Amino acid sequence: MFSLLQEAAHTAVETTEGVVVHDEAAHGADAATHGVDAAGHAAEAAGLPQLDIATFGNQIFWLVVTLVVLYLVLSRIALPRIASVLSDRQGAVTGDLMAAEEFKQKAKEAEAAYDKALADARSEAQAIVAQNRAEIQAELDAAIAKADAEISARTAESEARIREIRASADESAREVARDVTAQLVASFGGNADDAAVSAAVEDRMKGAVQ
Amino acid sequence: MATEATGGGLEFHPMDQFIVKPLFGAGEVHWYTPTNVTLWLALTALAAIALLVLGTRGRAIVPNRAQSMAEMAYGLVYKMIEDISGKDGLRYFPYVLTLFMFVVFANLLGLLPMAFTVTSHIAVTGVLAMAVFLGVTAIGFIKNGTHFLDLFWVRSAPLAVRPILAVIEVISYFVRPLSLSIRLAGNMIAGHAVIKVFAGFAAIAAVAPVAIIAVVGMYAFEVLVAFVQAYVFTILTCVYLKDALHPSH
Repeated sequence: MFSLLQEAAHTAVETTEGVVVHDEAAHGADAATHGVDAAGHAAEAAGLPQLDIATFGNQIFWLVVTLVVLYLVLSRIALPRIASVLSDRQGAVTGDLMAAEEFKQKAKEAEAAYDKALADARSEAQAIVAQNRAEIQAELDAAIAKADAEISARTAESEARIREIRASADESAREVARDVTAQLVASFGGNADDAAVSAAVEDRMKGAVQ
Repeated sequence: MATEATGGGLEFHPMDQFIVKPLFGAGEVHWYTPTNVTLWLALTALAAIALLVLGTRGRAIVPNRAQSMAEMAYGLVYKMIEDISGKDGLRYFPYVLTLFMFVVFANLLGLLPMAFTVTSHIAVTGVLAMAVFLGVTAIGFIKNGTHFLDLFWVRSAPLAVRPILAVIEVISYFVRPLSLSIRLAGNMIAGHAVIKVFAGFAAIAAVAPVAIIAVVGMYAFEVLVAFVQAYVFTILTCVYLKDALHPSH
């Protein structure tokens, strides 16, 4: 790279000389063909075409034209357009993000409302359940009390009847005993009066039937 | 070039691709003559316009490929100026983008076979660099007045060293356009000449495969160089712009 530059610097001197020669030639002879030959010769002799100063004016002129055109087109058309596209996109992205944030907020609110409704419904349901349970309990208690009363009434009635039956059975047993006793006494040839028989039966029965 | 020796064997004319020729006929090259330089300058401008104007004509919120590339180029240069030169450098964004688009398309179009690389000419890169240099110097004086000279007077250094530093700073300041133009043109000349030399070797059957592989490799490398040099040119412009806008060290 450095040696190339050195070479370039070296040939620059040659070029300048060549151009001077060429300029003299062009001035000296008006014939265009001669000038062209000299120019062509100078270009080849230079070695590095970059250092052929004869073409510098041409290059610089067209470069300036190109740069001005490019600058005008870019600064007037391209850059405002790209800037507006980029800012539009920025705006769209920001807007979308804000909308998303808003939706998120709404979703959160909806969730909170849902949770609240759910909790309300649950507590209400629990209240209803408790109330129903209390009502049922009351009905149940009433029914049980009624049933208990009925049961105790029936029990009393049954006990009365049992007592009655037992009493009548007692009486019947005495009767049978008296009759049997009277018959036994009669068959042994005795003569038993009712009172003695009754007393004897009563006496025996005291230990048996109680 | 009919006058060149054509007698068989190897012929290397790696520099012939840089010769400036009239487009029509073979007359003398006047300042107004349409030449191959004119053609490729025009193609460069058209390519840049095609990308940035035609590519974005959809104005789509969701961009297509061309619009994406245009926006990428826009964003690259915009961010470069914003980061390096600061917010106040954005006033000069259109010009810096013009420079970048011009250099990058000139470099890339120059890589097409049979193309003429306008950025390989000192005259072209010199004008670009001088425009940057003069423009930045003018901006420096207009924005900061004589405070712009603080750029050369390093206040953070000890007083005794400042004059020496000032000389160095002044020299380095005036070397800027030279380094800017020669860096770009030199890279382009060297790369294209090397490709041409390898291509010349391809005429010998024995080394042709190696030469062709070398051409392919060089070409790929030159695509990278084409972009990197445009990037470097633009980034240095931004650095110089920063010095002009904020001259104090």
